Amino acid sequence: MSALEPTTQPAAAVRPGRAWRPFALTLPALVLLAAVIGYPLITIVLRSLSEPEWGAQNYVWFFGAPVNLAVLQRTFTISAWVTLVCVVCAYPYAYLMTAVGPRIRLVLVLCVLIPFWVSGVVRTLSWVILLQDSGVINSLLRSAGFTGIRLIRTQTGVVIGMAQVLLPFMILPLYSVMKGIDLKLVQAARSLGARPSRAFFTVYLPLSLPGVYAGAIIVFILALGFYITPALLGGPRSTMLSTLVQTQVLSLLQWGRGGAMGVVLLVTTFLLLALAAPVMRSRHREAGRR
Amino acid sequence: MEMKPLTRLVLGLVCLLVAIWLVAPTLVVVPMSFNGNKSLAFPPQGFSWQWYQNFATNPEWSTSFLNSLKVASIVAVLATVLGTLAAFGLDRMKARPASLLRMLMLTPMVVPGVVLAIGIYAVYLDAQLVGTLSGFVLAHTILALPFVLIAVSANLEVFDRRLETAAASLGAGALTTFRTVTLPLILPGILSGLLFAFATSFDEIIVSLFITNPYLKTLPVQIFSSITRDADPTVAAVGTILLCATTILIGAGMLLLGRERKGRL
Repeated sequence: MSALEPTTQPAAAVRPGRAWRPFALTLPALVLLAAVIGYPLITIVLRSLSEPEWGAQNYVWFFGAPVNLAVLQRTFTISAWVTLVCVVCAYPYAYLMTAVGPRIRLVLVLCVLIPFWVSGVVRTLSWVILLQDSGVINSLLRSAGFTGIRLIRTQTGVVIGMAQVLLPFMILPLYSVMKGIDLKLVQAARSLGARPSRAFFTVYLPLSLPGVYAGAIIVFILALGFYITPALLGGPRSTMLSTLVQTQVLSLLQWGRGGAMGVVLLVTTFLLLALAAPVMRSRHREAGRR
Repeated sequence: MEMKPLTRLVLGLVCLLVAIWLVAPTLVVVPMSFNGNKSLAFPPQGFSWQWYQNFATNPEWSTSFLNSLKVASIVAVLATVLGTLAAFGLDRMKARPASLLRMLMLTPMVVPGVVLAIGIYAVYLDAQLVGTLSGFVLAHTILALPFVLIAVSANLEVFDRRLETAAASLGAGALTTFRTVTLPLILPGILSGLLFAFATSFDEIIVSLFITNPYLKTLPVQIFSSITRDADPTVAAVGTILLCATTILIGAGMLLLGRERKGRL
């Protein structure tokens, strides 16, 4: 063991014979992790392959039924819309956070943090009150002389609610990247004759992209697995994959099929993370070098 | 970055709209909670405190609230202890195994809620943990662990380990060093981890919806089933109470933080 020790390690850090100690400290957490995350996930994978009998039947069923594929596609579409709405809304907001004085910044930070901390169920409840047919938006429209529009149980309603819930996850990484951007670079571009818009698009925007990527990945992944908001704001025509999983398991007791759907969702999430990790890391390094 | 006045105005307006969009929707629960009618339709009719009374006296609501408090308190302590130990272990490990284990411990954050929920439900059915306090505590602890790990690790990263060496060289034992040097310096991280763990458990709904039963319900489960069942304004009253509690907590935290910073300067 001691032969493998890198020589750069500070002498006091790892005394010979005590290298196991740090592992012992992580052990309780790892045991719990294995029991409450690892074992259940393995159970689900096994059930998706073994119920009602061994084989890939549940996956064949999932990818063979147009209904399921439609839901899968819709899950991606809704998540993409939510991510887009979040990027568009968060970018100017995060930029303003870096540009204002400490007092206004505190107000802006509070506006992000309070919804972030308020119970997610309560926030979805308020969207139900706002969007329902007898809700705030429709009664305002009606009193202004317009006819009401259908918002609840539509895809638009789901996107509006989800984007609001997920917006802080976009604003915070963006802000932390933008905070570190050296504005002298923009000034340099300006002094060399670039117009403000050109200085923004060729200097500031590329430097802020790591934040956009990080935020977009987080929002997209969280959106893929969303359950509560689509369940309360959505209708039969805006069902997402999570709801389908729940129906298969709790209502139809089809553990195999529900499990297969869950595995598809899980694998998609991890694939996206794996794809995003190298991009984000290299961007990070690039930004650091400058 | 200098901007034309028009650009500045547009930027300000857009941000104002985003801020309103972030904060205002949640506030709609406040007027609804004083509704005179049993309805969630807007605008509310009349005025009454009856939904707050209902929350306090109806056993369905008060029990689920107490359950949530109980579960979240146990989870906060358990997750903080496990997470802090793990953060220390990872901090003192070689870089490669540490980053691998850290990734493993953060998985609860990225696994889609429903997938985790059906997995835990399947295992709990076999282990007879559905609708039990220990079932809730175990599931919520693992979901809260990543937040504690992140908070404490961030603090350990800026902690100067030479301070420990100094204490040791002056004759302090390992435990004394930890108690008098290390712990006070990383306490902010531990406390924010504790708070995050409490909030995570108190607000957890997806896994809870699966592992709940009529004997043990947490507040989010009760809120969810109330919304799907009927238009009972008690949910709005609960929402208002939670909103106020959150705002007061954040406000107090900010004030304390600000004062501490000022005191140090």
